[in-house]
Amino acid sequence: MATHGIATQHKQGLSNGMLGFILFIASEVMFFGGLFAAYFIARADATEWPPENMLTAEQIARGVKLEVEFALPFIATILLVLSSVTIQFGVWAIRRGDRTALIRWLMVTIVLGLVFLTAQMFDYSQLHFRAGDTVYGTTFYTLTGFHGAHVAGGVIFMGVILARSMAGQFSAARHEAVEACSFYWHFVDVVWIALFTVLYIVK
Amino acid sequence: MTSIVVPRPEGFAHPRPALLDWLTTVDHKKLGILYLYTTMFFFGVGGVLALLVRTQLAVADNSFVSNDAYNQIFTMHASAMLFLFIIPVWAGFGNYVVPLQIGAADMAFPRINALSFWLVPPAGILMFSGFLVDGGAAQAGWTAYSPLARGLGPGMDLWIIAVILLGISSTIGAANFMVTMFRMRAPGMTMFRMPIFCWTMLVTAVLQLLATPVLASALAMLYIDRNFGGAFFDPNGGGNAILWQNIFWFYSHPAVYIMILPGMGIISEVLPVFSRKPLFGYTAFVFATMGIGGLGFSVWAHHMFTTGAVLKPWFGFMTFMIGVPTGVKMFNWLGTMWRGSISFEAPMLFALGFLSMFLIGGINGTFSAAVPVDFALHDTYFVVAHIHYVLFGGSVFAVFAGLYYWFPKIWGRRLNERLGQAQFWLMFIGFNLTFFPMHLLGLDGMPRRIATYSNESGWEALNLASTVGAFLIATSMIPFTVAVVAAFMRPKDQPNDPWNANTLEWWTTSPPPVHNFDDLPEVHSERPLFDARHGGAGH
Ligand code: HEM
Ligand SMILES: [Cu+2]
Repeated sequence: MATHGIATQHKQGLSNGMLGFILFIASEVMFFGGLFAAYFIARADATEWPPENMLTAEQIARGVKLEVEFALPFIATILLVLSSVTIQFGVWAIRRGDRTALIRWLMVTIVLGLVFLTAQMFDYSQLHFRAGDTVYGTTFYTLTGFHGAHVAGGVIFMGVILARSMAGQFSAARHEAVEACSFYWHFVDVVWIALFTVLYIVK
Repeated sequence: MTSIVVPRPEGFAHPRPALLDWLTTVDHKKLGILYLYTTMFFFGVGGVLALLVRTQLAVADNSFVSNDAYNQIFTMHASAMLFLFIIPVWAGFGNYVVPLQIGAADMAFPRINALSFWLVPPAGILMFSGFLVDGGAAQAGWTAYSPLARGLGPGMDLWIIAVILLGISSTIGAANFMVTMFRMRAPGMTMFRMPIFCWTMLVTAVLQLLATPVLASALAMLYIDRNFGGAFFDPNGGGNAILWQNIFWFYSHPAVYIMILPGMGIISEVLPVFSRKPLFGYTAFVFATMGIGGLGFSVWAHHMFTTGAVLKPWFGFMTFMIGVPTGVKMFNWLGTMWRGSISFEAPMLFALGFLSMFLIGGINGTFSAAVPVDFALHDTYFVVAHIHYVLFGGSVFAVFAGLYYWFPKIWGRRLNERLGQAQFWLMFIGFNLTFFPMHLLGLDGMPRRIATYSNESGWEALNLASTVGAFLIATSMIPFTVAVVAAFMRPKDQPNDPWNANTLEWWTTSPPPVHNFDDLPEVHSERPLFDARHGGAGH
């Protein structure tokens, strides 16, 4: 009777690592889905939005104002979208085997990510409401906060990839981690576009 | 040819001390064993808490424990049983069995697998450390409804963090199972030749991957409400207390299938082997499993009929619908046994226990799917009866079916058959004595989650019966423990395939070598060992 050796893995298509990574991102989408659902339900329940009518006397006395600045987040959005483009240039570079260009584009992307985070921190410091000030404040800081944490995670991820590129670990044939990193970064970007749209544009 | 004993390779002397080896292992078999030990430990802890609950409720107007302690005890009982026992015990069986059943050398990501496991013990410790802090452990029930859960002491925060950690464990574990089954199958092992247990683990993994992060988001919100003054579930700040219930049940109804599907998978391995017939309707079974997975996401609001905030006809109808694939499976199982030459070894007894008890649990669940009926039964002991008929009569019986069935493979020894029979009958009788009276108590209006009741209620006799039953269940653990200890004291003597089974895990030695297989048969059907025994492709 014929017997076979043990199969290791099927070679065609996505690698196991990439498939696993995509599943991980799918679970992240569901996580943000839960947060968005909470936001939409809060908005649907409210008689006015922002819910100024829910403010207590104490909050009004403290000078709470439920409103956000548009200009700075808008610029930050443009920078973040731009950073999706720059990391993609990096991916294309390493697909051609151009390690120097990969390193350059990664550096640019990391800087853009850091600028975004700084802008977000500055924006937080300018707002006249806190996480405890009605469900408006709670949803705002929760959604943007979890997103910001993901941006920070992405920056660290890119830092690791950058170090590995400098150590010469990637080539045209082997650069999976770079692709995975760019996937993640695009995901973070897309979440932000959705967030920016609902928090800043849809009134 | 029934079974062959392949000599175990000698060359696998451990280079590291055994303890260090267990602590750092990435071998799916060892991790599976660690999962089984850990989860059975928490089964014991949850069981002791259950006995405390039953002791308190044995007689009317009892003050064995304070109201406050009672709330902590029943909350921690359910949380341990669901989050630290049932859900991860399937990861234990899955870890050990799935790679073997598909003819793989390991899981797709062995190190991530180790991470999944090592999140469980700290989470358990964290959750139980609530008993040491001010205000005690979590006491808002395993469902942690607001506003109650927003107001409790720090034990609640420990509970939240623990459940988030367990959620991360099962989410990354789910991705690992999915990639393993998609990518690591042996030549010839197509998706539709995978053993049913693998299929149920696969659908469970999909549910976990998509539902658990949603629970994590709700837990994060609860944490923010409690610690950063958030208003998610606080109507005074424009929030919504029902929001918690919506998100929680969006997770937790799929989660009840996370808790039962692998058990159904085990039953579907055991019934054919001990009926000496192939599973009746393999393909129908696979599609029914997928159907349950899909429908599982559309019925969550049947836990919330009485909130008045949900579209009752839709969710009632969908809940009836989910009974359909479950019914299909009942026919699969009965059809499998029909005219089979059935033998009644311990794994089969537990499988039959599952069938009968799960049938009752499914029927009484369908009762409460009828919205008007649910208005009467919601939050009564009827619901407690329902969940225990499905989760204990179903899942726990399946756990023991699986343990008796795979014990020879995992540990190379067989559990004593007489003790197995004794355990089964004690457990079966104890189970029904404990939980059947709860139907009647529920119909009579006894609410769940109360620390005591008055002796004018007329509920005392049934409650006492239930408590006696609970201690009978506890007694059934004695023959089991004796059987395990006795087995470990004997040498490993089991052949590759002691049950004359059909699936690949029985091809290799018991226990298997580190690399699982020295060789594999050709796979032409979902029963490769049957084919090999009968000389070629028979399907
Ligand atoms: C035919 C299949 C089933 C139907 C029609 C069904 C229906 C229901 C309904 C309507 C309720 C809500 C009762 C209430 O709170 O008023 C319920 C509760 C529950 N069901 Fe099921 N069910 C089914 C199967 C299962 C299975 C397989 C499990 C788990 C293995 C399960 C676990 C639970 C749990 C844990 C609760 C109570 C949750 C709580 O409030 O603490 N059910 N079921
Ligand atoms: Cu449900």
